[in-house]
Amino acid sequence: MGLNVMTLIGALPGDIAQGLIWGVMAIGVFITYKILNFADLTVDGSFATGGAVAVMQILSGHSVATALMVATIAGLIAGLCTGLLHTLLGIPDILSGILMQIALFSINLHIMDGGANKAVSATQYNLIVSLRDVSQAIVVSLIFVAAVIILSYWFFGTEAGSAIRATGNNPAMSRAQGINIKVCKVVALSISNGLVALSGGLFAQYQGFSDINMGRGSIVIGLAAVIIGEVLGNAIIGKRMNFALRLIFVVIGSIIYYIVIGVVLWLRMPTNDLKLFTAIIVAIFLAIPYLKNSFGHSFAHAKKMGGKEK
Amino acid sequence: MIELKNISKTFNPGTINEKHALNGLSLKLEDEDFVTVIGGNGAGKSTMLNALAGVWPVDSGQIIIDGTDVTGLPEHRRAPFLGRVFQDPMTGTCGDMEIEENLALAARRGKHRGLGWGITKAEKEKYRELLAKFNLGLEDRLTAKVGLLSGGQRQALTLLMATLVKPKALLLDEHTAALDPKTAATVLEATDRIVSENHLTTIMVTHNMRDAIAHGNRLIMLNDGQVMLDIKGEEKKNLTVEDLLHKFEEASGEEFANDQAILS
Repeated sequence: MGLNVMTLIGALPGDIAQGLIWGVMAIGVFITYKILNFADLTVDGSFATGGAVAVMQILSGHSVATALMVATIAGLIAGLCTGLLHTLLGIPDILSGILMQIALFSINLHIMDGGANKAVSATQYNLIVSLRDVSQAIVVSLIFVAAVIILSYWFFGTEAGSAIRATGNNPAMSRAQGINIKVCKVVALSISNGLVALSGGLFAQYQGFSDINMGRGSIVIGLAAVIIGEVLGNAIIGKRMNFALRLIFVVIGSIIYYIVIGVVLWLRMPTNDLKLFTAIIVAIFLAIPYLKNSFGHSFAHAKKMGGKEK
Repeated sequence: MIELKNISKTFNPGTINEKHALNGLSLKLEDEDFVTVIGGNGAGKSTMLNALAGVWPVDSGQIIIDGTDVTGLPEHRRAPFLGRVFQDPMTGTCGDMEIEENLALAARRGKHRGLGWGITKAEKEKYRELLAKFNLGLEDRLTAKVGLLSGGQRQALTLLMATLVKPKALLLDEHTAALDPKTAATVLEATDRIVSENHLTTIMVTHNMRDAIAHGNRLIMLNDGQVMLDIKGEEKKNLTVEDLLHKFEEASGEEFANDQAILS
């Protein structure tokens, strides 16, 4: 059996829908990783929290709108806890995220009444995104992505948002300008995890169930989207890049990531190896700026150039 | 009026690196005093400014700014009273943000930061005018990232940011030490202009004795975390480097141990 190109093209809309839904999550990662300069690992837990809360809300008869709102609030609270672990208790950023992620594993099981997963059927409930109607899923997730980008663009242009950007860029300067950097960190972590949980709530509907492991490795997917988007954005837009475009490119990065995964699956790579593949891709993209910079500045290069005219 | 009363601070107490940085330091600044601060390495110059700014809590003593006891306030809550410029040009500004964004952040020092726009059109005009006074060409680069500026340009910008909201005291922590002599002179000139235009109370730490003598109306020398010399008025005006070295030896009974301060 050969590789059928039509299967690949047929899978494309699904990849795009997934990329858009995860794009909301990637914007959350962008807020912590790029704006706040905080590698927040809470997201692996809060993505699943969003899915679990949304599905349980829908199963207990609430509207999808309510379910997504409650899921977002649950994510906000998770981010708040990470922020408090870091700012009030002085736990380093990565560790406070890991602690919260582990804590959320148990909490997520409780949310799902002790089950490892909960199904929510698109035939029984009025879900707004579903695998069964991919074109609707694309339109709906595109609306969510647009709203999140517009709101983020607005917020990070306000006085409070500028204070958060300053906190991530230069904490010493921020304190000297009277900014309470602890509050800024907690607010940014809350907003970020709220978006991640919203994305989890959408994705659980899309796949038709929430799962305790649905967020595993999502920080890496989010980072992949952020980095692919940045590299692509710099290549296309270059110096004229602004904040709104950066956010748009994060979402494009997310879509590209899922298209690449689609291609890799189409090439029949075993699904077991997907995470390894993702980790390698992200490692390469993270290493590029470093290697680019050190190329020509290495000792080996210096030895080779020794005595030669430039 | 700024008052430091009997301030003590020990770093790493009880360890082999224990350092008594401030030992009952007292200093009182009248309004519009421009005090230059010199002293050898480890005399407590920067430590005194950090104590005033609230970078960490002091072990004992009291800090009063314009009648308000700020001893118990953390750094960001003292910021409304204080404008600061640091030794490292990177410290005072956000490199990834635009010049006008940095100024807008500074214009809101001590004010509530809500959901209003982070920068307004009227502000941008004002910033353009203020930057033009430095003659560094910054007025045409309002939307440039601060990371692209030279050290001198960054210090000039930090100086403007520190005084955009009039501070009760301007704290300059060796703010020209990282600059080449020509740029340092430009920044010092701008410092004098801004201080006199705004009638600021100023503390300028420097390692350069000539600068310390040439600027301000009062000079203090720190040694072992205490004020050892306090020279003001006519005596300050007629001071020379030789006088200063002589006075130091007289007061401390040892030679001044900072070649950099003597030679530069």
